[in-house]
Amino acid sequence: MTAVAVLESVEVEYGPRGPVLGPVDLRVEAGEILALVGPSGCGKSTALRLLAGLEAPTRGRVRRAPGRGETAVVFQAPTLAPWLTARANVALPLELSGVPRAQARERAVAALGRVGLAGAELARPATLSGGMAMRASLARALVTEPRLLLLDEPFAALDEITRRALADDVLALWAASRPAIVFVTHNVEEAVYMADRVVVLTRGPGRIAGIAQVEGPLPRPPGFRIAESFRTAVEEVTGLLTRGAALAA
Amino acid sequence: MIRTLAPFVLITVLLGAWEAAVRALGVPAYFLPAPSAVALALVEHLPVLLAAAWITLSTAIIALVIASLAAMAVAVLVGLSPLLEAAVRPLASVLQVTPVVAIAPLVLIWAGIDHPERAIIALAVLVAFFPIFSGAITGLHAADPDLERLFDLYGAGRWSRVMRLRLPSAVPFLLEGHKVGAGLAIIGAVVAEFSAGSGGVRGLAWQILDAGNKLQTARMIAALVVLGLMGVALHALLDRAERAGLTWWRGR
Repeated sequence: MTAVAVLESVEVEYGPRGPVLGPVDLRVEAGEILALVGPSGCGKSTALRLLAGLEAPTRGRVRRAPGRGETAVVFQAPTLAPWLTARANVALPLELSGVPRAQARERAVAALGRVGLAGAELARPATLSGGMAMRASLARALVTEPRLLLLDEPFAALDEITRRALADDVLALWAASRPAIVFVTHNVEEAVYMADRVVVLTRGPGRIAGIAQVEGPLPRPPGFRIAESFRTAVEEVTGLLTRGAALAA
Repeated sequence: MIRTLAPFVLITVLLGAWEAAVRALGVPAYFLPAPSAVALALVEHLPVLLAAAWITLSTAIIALVIASLAAMAVAVLVGLSPLLEAAVRPLASVLQVTPVVAIAPLVLIWAGIDHPERAIIALAVLVAFFPIFSGAITGLHAADPDLERLFDLYGAGRWSRVMRLRLPSAVPFLLEGHKVGAGLAIIGAVVAEFSAGSGGVRGLAWQILDAGNKLQTARMIAALVVLGLMGVALHALLDRAERAGLTWWRGR
């Protein structure tokens, strides 16, 4: 397998508060879905920014295969520009990458269609529900057809039903173009449901407490949440989290 | 209903008391004319006063437009370079805290004795510039940090970052700045007219000065009333414009 992004003995420190992450070694393989789980303040989001190339590590090295415009990030909040329509928001990454306006719009409309927002092209973000805004945000990330898609607790603010629907939608969208996905969450079941591998971080400064492999097909078949492999993986991740917390304390 | 009527009731009562006091005490008209005398003066001089109000208002509007363009242009330049911002900020503060009355004589000299209207516009521009400029500077830093990261991610250049992210993010601050700036432009125009003196532009301030010099106190107060009403109308208009702008910006 080929790696899309690799963290090599990476450590991050912000000033005198001491290290927030590391040392961590992690390979993100092409086309895989990797979940990052850990307690608050363990450096999950920092790890994501390193993988995105938005931040440099204090020590260690980050190797990234994707070029400019081939990495996409979905943040905790939809972070749509309120003054732009849904279509203009989704077209923005393309326009910033130099795609002509008409073509960018066309692709944005298609991307909105793929996330189930056909007809909402000209809506402003303020008129969209939380779930719809998150879908628009997802469309904005997917519009460039990234090789690496980074999701930073994207469903944290949504209700359980919307969360589950979006999780399935993300998996279906992944199946269409198979980008590598790194997905930060503090919800164990969500991590297991969405990922091939679940990386568990210890309490800050985050280190890898262990990696759980999840058996079963992606996207998930109906009833996967009550399958044996799902329960086993959830148990394993929960165990790693508990041990990770004890290790740091 | 009662709430909206309340201020009018109060004004009526106050005017009534004033009228009664002036008549009962026999106050001379040059010292304090009765409201009825002011009303008469207002009617009598209305065409002149309205023309004067238009002179002052149009000066303020021209000043506001110039100040707006200048403030935003400087803010964008400064937004492109953090170094430039560090250099400009203290200078801007120094100019801001210097009272316009104190600069007026200098600007009048620069504009030349034959062009007091230029000096008045320049002074009004000076006063209106800062609320817009500081609103723009604050607003340019108010963009969502995650949106800033998105622009990093797609390798956006400085220019497109300012034009497509920071300037649009600054719109609420700019609206507020323009509202305050417009009010100050009027004040600036009036103060500048006073400084220019009797040979200056014949706006509302000149009317007040002229009436004062001739001890036509009723006409003086009439001019003040017009100035006050103009201020109220302008404020209401700007308030509405700001709210409409914000509604548009937020998308609801």
